[in-house]
Amino acid sequence: MDREVTLPAPEQVAILGAVQTRYEAGKPHQTYNELVHEVVDQLLAETGVALREIQSIVSASQDFFDGRTISGMAINEVAGGYLNSESKIAGDGIQALLYGAARILAGAYDLTLVVAHCKESEGQFHQITSTMFDPYVERPLGLDEHIAAALQARRFLSVAGAAEADLAAVSRKNHRHAMKNPLARRSGDFSIEHILASAEIVSPLRDLLAGPITDGACAILLGSPERARAPRRPVSWIAGMGSSTDAYWTDRELAASAALAQAAERAFAAAGIRKPLDDLHVVELSARYAHEELLYLDALGFGNGAAAKARLAAGDFDLGGKLPVNPSGGALTGNPTCVAGLARVAEIHLQLTAAAGQRQVKDARTGLAHGTSGICGQSQTVVILRGDAPQRP
Amino acid sequence: MSEKTKNPPAGKKDEGLRVPWLLSVEYQYAAGQFATRFFQELRDNGRIWGVRCPGCQRVYIPPRPVCGICAGKTGEWVEVGDEGVIVGCTVVNVPFIDPMTGEQRPVPYGFAIIRLDGASTALYHFLEETDPKKLGVGKRVKAVFRPERKGTLLDIKHFRLLD
Amino acid sequence: MPHKVGIVATGQTKHTAKRTDINLRELITEAVTRALDDAGLRMSDIDAVMLGNMEPFEGFMLPELWSVEGWGGLGKPAMKFNTGGTVGTSTAIAAYYFAASGIYDTILAVGFEKQSEGHTQTAITTVGDPLWERTMMAGAIGNFAVMASTYVHESGVTEEHAAKIAVKSRRNACNNEYAHLQMPNLTVEEVLASPYLAYPVRRLDFCPQSDGACALVLATEAKAKKLAPQPAWIKAVATAHEQQYMGDSPRRLADMRSQRAASQRVYKACGISDPVRDLDVAEIYEVATYAELAMYENLGFCAPGQSGKLIDHGVTTMSGQLPVNPSGGVLATNCIGATAMIRVAEAALQIMGKAGKRQVPGAKLALATGYGGNAWTDALILGRE
Repeated sequence: MDREVTLPAPEQVAILGAVQTRYEAGKPHQTYNELVHEVVDQLLAETGVALREIQSIVSASQDFFDGRTISGMAINEVAGGYLNSESKIAGDGIQALLYGAARILAGAYDLTLVVAHCKESEGQFHQITSTMFDPYVERPLGLDEHIAAALQARRFLSVAGAAEADLAAVSRKNHRHAMKNPLARRSGDFSIEHILASAEIVSPLRDLLAGPITDGACAILLGSPERARAPRRPVSWIAGMGSSTDAYWTDRELAASAALAQAAERAFAAAGIRKPLDDLHVVELSARYAHEELLYLDALGFGNGAAAKARLAAGDFDLGGKLPVNPSGGALTGNPTCVAGLARVAEIHLQLTAAAGQRQVKDARTGLAHGTSGICGQSQTVVILRGDAPQRP
Repeated sequence: MSEKTKNPPAGKKDEGLRVPWLLSVEYQYAAGQFATRFFQELRDNGRIWGVRCPGCQRVYIPPRPVCGICAGKTGEWVEVGDEGVIVGCTVVNVPFIDPMTGEQRPVPYGFAIIRLDGASTALYHFLEETDPKKLGVGKRVKAVFRPERKGTLLDIKHFRLLD
Repeated sequence: MPHKVGIVATGQTKHTAKRTDINLRELITEAVTRALDDAGLRMSDIDAVMLGNMEPFEGFMLPELWSVEGWGGLGKPAMKFNTGGTVGTSTAIAAYYFAASGIYDTILAVGFEKQSEGHTQTAITTVGDPLWERTMMAGAIGNFAVMASTYVHESGVTEEHAAKIAVKSRRNACNNEYAHLQMPNLTVEEVLASPYLAYPVRRLDFCPQSDGACALVLATEAKAKKLAPQPAWIKAVATAHEQQYMGDSPRRLADMRSQRAASQRVYKACGISDPVRDLDVAEIYEVATYAELAMYENLGFCAPGQSGKLIDHGVTTMSGQLPVNPSGGVLATNCIGATAMIRVAEAALQIMGKAGKRQVPGAKLALATGYGGNAWTDALILGRE
């Protein structure tokens, strides 16, 4: 490719607001339609936009998790879709954000609602995720997402020279962070020993090393610069976007993520980020499994296994550290499929608009949100956000 | 090159080999705030309720949080009748798998979209009648309730022609 | 200002009931290779890929990721759409917006479905809300029959009118080397003798289930001019949805609010006031004969209740004023994830003058539509300028 994502000027697409539900093990009193209603309603109240002003919607959800073909149909009215343009991505919500940004950059709409939902509690995780696998040679073996992640974890530990205690350190940090996030599904000040003694799912994955079954939704309102100029509250800006697709999981080195490295390179180039460790102030990674966080930090250039481990041990990635990673607690503490990546964007937006409450990273002005989809992170997306420039009139 | 690295013999007749896969997933759908209230009333009292949009005054069945046309929240609950008019109807002759049970549904069966008296929108349901000549758009029907109700739409067994 | 975007190449598989000779990945490759060859491009020339597929039909979640080499996706930005019958147009429209935004210059769009590998009617039945609709729906057929009954009642169209549409489609399909159902000798009598699947819809009133894939290459203006002597420029796109439940639209097919809204939007953008006069050809997404008749009204091709006359007078046949579905349309080929994209590809072929035996001479302005779910509608206008 001779040309990558071109978003050189940072102030072309704004995030006007971002709302998430509380993440819970189950939400037996709400349909997913009602989850979406909850976040959209609150988002519109916060941004001062009426539902009838929404003419463009991009949603992300998964028919298999929703147990419904064209799962986007059920959110149509609550998202403002009647006689309007709603499109649905079967993938992570962060991809919906990219498409929403494209609609605004194309000048087609001055507002676009981006929404993702999933109720993992309503179906059966093993059966549902088994449908991602090769039907000829893999499905007969009973594979599912956890088992593939466990194989990847084992490979990563071996290649990176890491130990299960290193995975536990990631889990410990994130669950401690989640204690400051009122939306988090699971949190606690767990010791390394406690984490390594939690129930084994598939070796080496344990309960506290893998994101639990979770229900939730997230909505983000994108706006044109004109829409962003008279906001009721601070906005953040999309400064760079990049995505890439890897080979199928059995056809690549599982201890690395070439696609994330490419996605990050594209997003960094667009956002003018040269030294990510210095230029970024906060990072939210979609790492449902503890090993993925270390693996992705490596792919982002934050150090190979050993260096990332050392930084983790030194507290660099803690809230209050040099570059906080997942101050929300991240997907490991419970964000559903499809929602996790969009939730990362929402969290970075909250950070850049000084609205992150107890989990606020001080003086955060530039942040990275990451989303992924597919077996062992086959599809990767990175979005760089910036806070409102102080020199703006 | 050893024998082992050679390609397998080509040119065999295409057998159309297939690999079977049976996907069976059980879901437990939350009924949610609106449907729960609807189904409780249906089960406990045999009554049918919709919600009214305070903007356009449409009465919605199924009840829902938002009127898409007004892009505004719906309001009060309104009871509608157990009689209504056929908006569209058919008799299904093709056998197919009923995803509610995983079993093949017996055919033929009558299937209609019915606007209950007092409602603005129409509801899908079964018809007792399976002769297409006796059915018709605009004909009036009445709900036949099951004696034992469980809190699902099938607490109405089917609709019976009135005319 | 959006960048001007044109379709520069198309590729389709030979659509049939069962492609047992190839798997899903190979099916995708067949369409993608043809599209790239058509443009004289290599995969390395493509900036990003937009994919469309209805994965419940194959029982395969994210099949595009398993198939990544089938569409040359390694290292490429890509995303996958899943919007029902409209998915092919949703995917094409997404590709349009990404090009129009200036984010990508050259985009590959791919729609695919191997209906023979799953249980399509069961998957379609789960389109229905599990609490309210699913128990009664009988796939697309039962649902469509109910809609058709309302339309027949309101419009007065006859079974003969519907049968004429069935014949037009399957005969047009004989000029399309990719079409699934090609029936050169089909007669109105034969259609009327076919059994009711669900009253009033007879077997020959309904579309087949097909295996197939379709690919488009879209490019921004400067690139497009280099890649094709006559790109099919995308002049307008629109999407409009119905309300949430199947019974919400008071008159169903007889007044498709979503299709009226979407078509009026693209007509207005292109200065089209009389579509039969102003358009040269239309490729519309009609899963049943009655749907095509109803769509004539909803797309503004005729006044309410006049669709039967339109087909009686041959206005929409190959020799008429506005040929509708020279390709044979959905009544001849329905590989769901690809179907709406095939409408766009066929409209593009007409504009590019590459439609072969089904070419409408001198076509300058074409309409393509997508339709699915609860009357979800997409509309695109393609033109020579």
